[in-house]
Amino acid sequence: MNTPEHLRYTKSHEWVLFAGDGTAKVGLTDHAQEALGDLVFVNLPEVGDALTCGETLGDVESVKAVSDIYSPVTGTVKAVNEDLLDAPESINADPYGAWLVEVEGITGQEELLDAAAYQALCAQED
Amino acid sequence: MELLFEKSRKGRGCDLLPPLDVPPAHLMEGMGREAPLDLPELSEVELSRHYSALERRAHGVNNGFYPLGSCTMKYNPRLHEELAALPGFAGVHPSQDPADVQGCLKVLRLAEELLCEITGMDAMTFQPAAGAHGELTALLMVKKYHLDRGDAGRTKILAPDSAHGTNPASAAMCGFTVVNVPSNPQGGVDLEALRAAAGPDTAALMLTNPNTLGLFDPNILEITQIVHDAGGLCYYDGANLNAVMGVVRPGDMGFDLVHLNLHKTFSTPHGGGGPGSGPVGCKDFLRDYLPAGYVEEGPRGLELRDPEKTIGRVKAFCGNFTVVVKALAYLLTLGAEGIPQAAQGAVLNANYLREQLRGTYDIAYGEGPCMHEFVLTLEKLKKETGVSALDVAKALIDQGIHPPTMYFPLIVEEALMFEPTETESRETLDHAAAVLKAIRAQADTDPAALHAAPVTTPIGRPDEVQAARHPVLRYRPPEVQP
Repeated sequence: MNTPEHLRYTKSHEWVLFAGDGTAKVGLTDHAQEALGDLVFVNLPEVGDALTCGETLGDVESVKAVSDIYSPVTGTVKAVNEDLLDAPESINADPYGAWLVEVEGITGQEELLDAAAYQALCAQED
Repeated sequence: MELLFEKSRKGRGCDLLPPLDVPPAHLMEGMGREAPLDLPELSEVELSRHYSALERRAHGVNNGFYPLGSCTMKYNPRLHEELAALPGFAGVHPSQDPADVQGCLKVLRLAEELLCEITGMDAMTFQPAAGAHGELTALLMVKKYHLDRGDAGRTKILAPDSAHGTNPASAAMCGFTVVNVPSNPQGGVDLEALRAAAGPDTAALMLTNPNTLGLFDPNILEITQIVHDAGGLCYYDGANLNAVMGVVRPGDMGFDLVHLNLHKTFSTPHGGGGPGSGPVGCKDFLRDYLPAGYVEEGPRGLELRDPEKTIGRVKAFCGNFTVVVKALAYLLTLGAEGIPQAAQGAVLNANYLREQLRGTYDIAYGEGPCMHEFVLTLEKLKKETGVSALDVAKALIDQGIHPPTMYFPLIVEEALMFEPTETESRETLDHAAAVLKAIRAQADTDPAALHAAPVTTPIGRPDEVQAARHPVLRYRPPEVQP
């Protein structure tokens, strides 16, 4: 399982990359895409939508089930990765490249884990 | 296998439709098709052979054990078909004057009386075409009820995380926001979470009891009380009524509305075998909101009336009427003694099969007895052998058994959900248990064979991912394929 050092992670298996300019990108972890299996549909918010940390920002659908994606931060959607709508399989192929949303105006965040702590969490769940 | 469209030859064909015997209706300007419909042209014998060939490739209740969870695939007696085909039922025109079809209206009236008795409701509509349609109908009634009272802030529907997927879907279709209520460690509704979620914005709770884990929630009276205290209504998803019919009534559990699946609980064919019927029952205070075309006693006998505050029509005419005929035949055949016996048989069969499998497979929430269905969790098996719930389900096909429901409810990992129903014999259950034990043993010795299953069917494993990502929903002749 791949857990890049420069990312922060939620217990609900999202990654977040803080850009330094007050924005952050959010995606699903390698562990998440592995557990979900082949993704066939992604449902994302719209630019300008308000996100609240710990609450649903969208969902992903595999052949098995629909799963909620939880926002690691509170803020406003600055951009949405629209390429995913036509190619949800990119999340399986490249989970850390396939960002879901970019958030700005961040005012709060979930309890976030570093790579080592996230790896320990996944090991515990397995 | 060739499609009907591929078998079609221009000019061949048969007239299966009778001549038009009512005044033709005219579509609004611009609403008609510009080109004629491209329908396949085949002779009757070709058509008949095509469907017979499809039937040979399928697995129905008449082919073998069909323990699909939450679907109640019980046997449908042939007698029902014979009764539904009586010319007085099958040959009736839907536009007939009610005075001419008192017998048909009496069927609806009698089925309503009996099903209200079973559910503890006061009135019932037979318009909805199936379960999810019934959910939508009931939620439209809930919405109108709150709005009529000027209670416009009730925008949320509560549903447990073990709910059927149709519950949140119907709520969303109806414009409600869905609030997910978590389960407690015993598999029932978490009362504290329900108390926290219920409030002045609660329109209704949607609940299945027994739930999708096959467990009867012992806190049911407290659950409905919490929702009522918050001013919300309680809606009973009748998908699992087979476990309790004639034993305990949703109306007595505190529910205000129910939907039933006649095509599951009351033994009419479904799953490709025939249309469904999802009647909605309600307590007296909601009667005025029922869909238009409700059977009532009038000066000229039974007639179809529009209740005072009706939500309108949800389906043409009286719904899937002959399904109601079949369900009524079932009700009258079993009677007041047979209905609870069927429920008890369903619960006994589920517990029997579950105890046969205990020790071989892990049972989810398996401490106490189950109701009409139970859920296995193959999480450990998958970790130890790589054999998943999907592999076991596929391997069952090679043994002539229809797979159970897979990967549902969502709160159970690697779930397999079995509902044997009361119509299966002890020998069938013993055989299924033996097959499942053999598959479990094979998971250790030859997991590759299970990954490859099924091998006896015309199609092995369809490419579900490709089908979901790039569905082909209509036939196009080869020359116009993109």
